[in-house]
Amino acid sequence: MLPLNATIVRINEESPSVRTFFFDHQFETMTPGQFVMVWVRGVDEVPMGLSSKDSITVQKVGEATSKLFELEEGDSFGLRGPFGKGFSLPSEGEKTLVIAGGVGAAPLAPYAEAARIAGSEVRTVLGARSAGDLIFQERFADAGEVYISTDDGSKGTKGFVTDVLSGLNLSAYDRIAVCGPEIMMASVFRLLEDRKVLERSEFSLHRYFKCGIGVCGACCIDQSGLRVCKDGPVFSGVQLLDSELGKYTRDASGRRVKI
Amino acid sequence: MYTLTGLKLKNPTILAAGVLGTTGASLCRVAREGGAGAVVTKSIGSTPKTGHSNPSMVKLDCGFLNAMGLPNPSYPGFLQELDTAKKDSGVPVIASIFGGSPAEFKEVAEGLLPGKPDAFELNVSCPHAEGYGAAVGSNPCLVEAVTAAVKDVVNVPVWVKLTPNVSDITCIGNAAESGGADAVVAINTLKGMAIDIESGYPVLGNRSGGLSGNAVKPVAVKCVYDLYTALEIPVIGVGGVSSWQDAVEMIMAGAAAVQIGSAVYDRLDIFSEIDT
Repeated sequence: MLPLNATIVRINEESPSVRTFFFDHQFETMTPGQFVMVWVRGVDEVPMGLSSKDSITVQKVGEATSKLFELEEGDSFGLRGPFGKGFSLPSEGEKTLVIAGGVGAAPLAPYAEAARIAGSEVRTVLGARSAGDLIFQERFADAGEVYISTDDGSKGTKGFVTDVLSGLNLSAYDRIAVCGPEIMMASVFRLLEDRKVLERSEFSLHRYFKCGIGVCGACCIDQSGLRVCKDGPVFSGVQLLDSELGKYTRDASGRRVKI
Repeated sequence: MYTLTGLKLKNPTILAAGVLGTTGASLCRVAREGGAGAVVTKSIGSTPKTGHSNPSMVKLDCGFLNAMGLPNPSYPGFLQELDTAKKDSGVPVIASIFGGSPAEFKEVAEGLLPGKPDAFELNVSCPHAEGYGAAVGSNPCLVEAVTAAVKDVVNVPVWVKLTPNVSDITCIGNAAESGGADAVVAINTLKGMAIDIESGYPVLGNRSGGLSGNAVKPVAVKCVYDLYTALEIPVIGVGGVSSWQDAVEMIMAGAAAVQIGSAVYDRLDIFSEIDT
């Protein structure tokens, strides 16, 4: 599959460092949690979770994303995908807990919406550094109740999503979907493990991708050897037991880098 | 049990270099879940390399184009991965190495010896890394010298992986044999390129790269056939093998075993599928 040409039709400023780019192509078959490879021509190609059938939500962190932030409506980039395994949708009547940190809310907003449509009762714990960094509050609120935490206390509970989670009865939920910075996900993982609800959880991982299609092996995680781009990026909590989650990642050369 | 250059293989399907070979855990998974009879690591060099910018691999209708650019953590960084693969894969682990000169090849081979690889595969065939790979592998004198240099410092089998991007592959095969190679592996990818007609940009970050998959199989079969005719040492066939029929064809052309790369895109257990 060669990259398709996607033209930007609208740009939303979600926070000072996060923007949503809507494009003129609908990935009708996408499941929330799947990603696309976004080709900023002449610079690089990077994986991005779909924040809806026709959008990606991007945090400005490096060369490719900075270049993406220079693009305007009418400009275009290349897109390949959707790739990988997304979050499993709940059945009707199941209770779903969504745990989103920072730009990790991007693949979880469409998940919360899809879960609601599937007939699930959805609750979201949404965390960010401060009030201005919270993204997709309204989308989560439309899907169900939302608990907020901010590191600086500018909105909701002061602290981390785990501070909110510690007050919740986690065994009341049939499914728990998690995406956010790795340190946050590692804390959530430990908490869910303590509460013995890990088998109900799914986590979306981010690793350095090269091919993005499951061939090169650059994104394989220890100890399972599973490919984040093809066997993930969404893994069940059980798949991540004794894994490298929260400990280390690998850089573009394959060297281990501590988290 | 198959015996290949003295190595004992439970079946003659081998994971090709550069595919799912960056980490020890991944190599173990290909062996255990995939059913490979042996695994070849990602090509390892003397210094860490991040490789080319993305896109580094795209799927075409006829195969795959890639230009990874030999990303690797260097031999000191790879030793722990090699340890894992050796300890837990249960199959022979072949270390693929590259360098720009006989001295650099020798350095990398010696550097990986503490990891006890079962054999070395010399990458003198990557088509898109300046000064490495095919830059070495299209020069018969250099291929002979590189092979001899590695043979000189290791006491395990040495395989030499050849590029089809030369006018006569048997000439390079002969050079490897003269240098003391225990087997040759043919073929690496064919030079290729794709251009995005919407923007005019070449699709690969490196602009061009190497073609693998279905499209290259007839080229690989011909190269294996020619090498089998010209050489005394075994020829390991690689290029576009994605079914047992492909493997049989490769073996009929003269291959002593087959390697499988791009076909893991469709299914990881392609190895056990071919074996049954």
